[in-house]
Amino acid sequence: MNVALRDPRIDRPAQTHLGFIDCDVHPFFRTPADFDPFLSQRWREHRQSIGNRSRQGLARTSLYPRMSPGNGMRGDSWPKAGGPPGSDLGLMREQLLDLFDVRYGLLAPLVGGAAAERNVEFGAAMAVAVNEWQCAAFCDPEPRLKASVQITLEHEASALAEIERRAGDARFAQVNIPPRGLEPLGRHRYRRILAACAANGFPISLHLGGTSGHASTGGGWPSFYHEEHPSYVQSMQTLVTSLVCEGVLDEIPDLKVVMVEGGFAWLPALAWRLDKHWKRLKAEVPGLKRAPSEIIREHFWVTTQPMEEPERPEDMLRTIEWIGPERVMFSTDYPHWDQDDPRYAFKVPLPDDWARLVYRENAQALYRLD
Amino acid sequence: MIPAGAIDCDIHPAVPSVRDLLPHLEPYWREHVLRRGLERDNFETSAYPPAAPINARPDWKPPAGPPGGSLPAMQAHLLDPVRPAFAICNVIHGAQMIFSEDLSLALCRGINNWLAAEWLDRDDRLRASIVVPPHSPELAAEEIERLAGDRRFVQVLLLAMAEIPLGRRLMWPLYRAAERHGLPIGIHAGSTYRHPLSAGGWGSTYLEDYVSFAQGHAAALNSLLAEGVFQKFPDLRVVLIESGVTWLPASMWRFNKTWRGVRAEIPWLNRLPADIVRERVRLTAQPFDAPPDAASLTTILEQLGSESMLLFATDYPHWHYEGEAALPAGLPPDLVRKITLDNPLATYPRLQQETAR
Repeated sequence: MNVALRDPRIDRPAQTHLGFIDCDVHPFFRTPADFDPFLSQRWREHRQSIGNRSRQGLARTSLYPRMSPGNGMRGDSWPKAGGPPGSDLGLMREQLLDLFDVRYGLLAPLVGGAAAERNVEFGAAMAVAVNEWQCAAFCDPEPRLKASVQITLEHEASALAEIERRAGDARFAQVNIPPRGLEPLGRHRYRRILAACAANGFPISLHLGGTSGHASTGGGWPSFYHEEHPSYVQSMQTLVTSLVCEGVLDEIPDLKVVMVEGGFAWLPALAWRLDKHWKRLKAEVPGLKRAPSEIIREHFWVTTQPMEEPERPEDMLRTIEWIGPERVMFSTDYPHWDQDDPRYAFKVPLPDDWARLVYRENAQALYRLD
Repeated sequence: MIPAGAIDCDIHPAVPSVRDLLPHLEPYWREHVLRRGLERDNFETSAYPPAAPINARPDWKPPAGPPGGSLPAMQAHLLDPVRPAFAICNVIHGAQMIFSEDLSLALCRGINNWLAAEWLDRDDRLRASIVVPPHSPELAAEEIERLAGDRRFVQVLLLAMAEIPLGRRLMWPLYRAAERHGLPIGIHAGSTYRHPLSAGGWGSTYLEDYVSFAQGHAAALNSLLAEGVFQKFPDLRVVLIESGVTWLPASMWRFNKTWRGVRAEIPWLNRLPADIVRERVRLTAQPFDAPPDAASLTTILEQLGSESMLLFATDYPHWHYEGEAALPAGLPPDLVRKITLDNPLATYPRLQQETAR
């Protein structure tokens, strides 16, 4: 095999990362009982007896087993004291926050099952519990970590209440919505929730995931994780397409959308495609009044990991130029197997002014951090 | 401007109505269709509403019937002025959507017979793709065997999105038959709508659907790669039709990256996916979804990394361009020759043999 796995620049790591903002950090519970203190007795009993019910055949694990233990964890991230990777704040400091002098880490909790829960009242209760747990276990003891508000999209009243409850609380930076929902996010049924996010100053963060019950691809269920992982790109593309075509971003001009862990090199071609076919089908979408590419450049941010690696490394610069360097934000995805190391993630050096934007300033401005 | 003698790799004759297929059905199915009253329908697909502006270029509408429904109109609009050496007919029809495998096959056979009799027999520039029931690979293989002797059928036609991802092993009888007869698999944009176009659910508009068709190609290609179709069928070629082109480089980067990380899951995929794609996969260049400026277009062409991949297509009667501006402006003349002539000949062995004669 002629694959060069070692980056020749490994001895000349980028230094621009110091003091960066990590836009994708995964906190985990030690045991599911960690949520119990934040649940009423009714829902605590429900969690213990019935538990999460989503829309897939395996109740507790992914349909596409990952290639490393713990549903795709980095091998050295298991805390010595026990518990899963991401559950030990001390180790997270050692391996991420202190090691890289991370200025802020944006938490993306993939726990609790609130978003995909079929019993939406239980989902709403779990969302509140996960929000409380993020603060108690991570953000209060470690102010560099910022929480993401969990909501249950399919229970509008509770979602609106939770967004309003967290508004103005500096521990919360954004609202988390999984890109795989029952319907694309631009559909009317979600409009009030999106408006509430914007009105309360929260960007929405679409971190790959969600269990919609729909096949991972438009052509059905693939066989392998090898296909499942890139198929999240398609879910992201659906979100962009839906939010743009439904006119949501002109209706809610303050809405800011962050796409997390979906890659980003695909975004320019999607914008070109939307521009081209919008011209022909304009009459169908009177709410879409401007070129889609213009709306995308205004309203969408992307995080870097897992970044596509162009065959000619310098093409990454063209990709960032097409998207806009002011819209790209660095992320590690700690503690997942495919975590990016800020020193080596970019295979081509970024110009200094872009590096400042990507590693720090874009997130600083978007999340109003110091 | 399109050079004379170009090979147009994607045109769409339309079946005006199921009634037109009656003479081409077997007796049982003719009676079956009539008793159920199906001849009153035309099984229009959700993927291609015929009157949507994108599917009906205004100056290519025939005096009556659906766009693409009339051979004389097609000759007047396309074949006579553009003078292609060959044009490959890809019929997109609801026959592929019917759940009954038997009825689906019967209608597909009717369409193939209709194509031969009403189009191929009447204009010797026309070639065609074999229409098959995509969810019934064994019956599809039978249909391929039935028609393989007619050299005017140069390809087998599938839609990018159907019941199961196209690489799945259940599909392999279809690929085995296609490979045996030197027929590329043409994967056309669209869906049989067995699933929403992504795991994010059903969108609201046709614009969303049309834009999302490119995702279907990305998923189908990844499925073919991951399942090892290219290794299992070393002579099989795949043509992505009406996919939009510019989505491919970033997708290849992602395929490569994922493969580096998790290739232990699919040990038979023993080469970089992008290398396989460049050898075995071709794309029709209509629409192109080109970037707005020439420099970016050049970058994208470089990123494709091969001058052999693109195939000329007008996508008649769909409306992607005006006049004869079927190729993005600013392509070097040498590349234009490859796209319009050399690449199609290399992709479709049956055209090659004929040109040689």
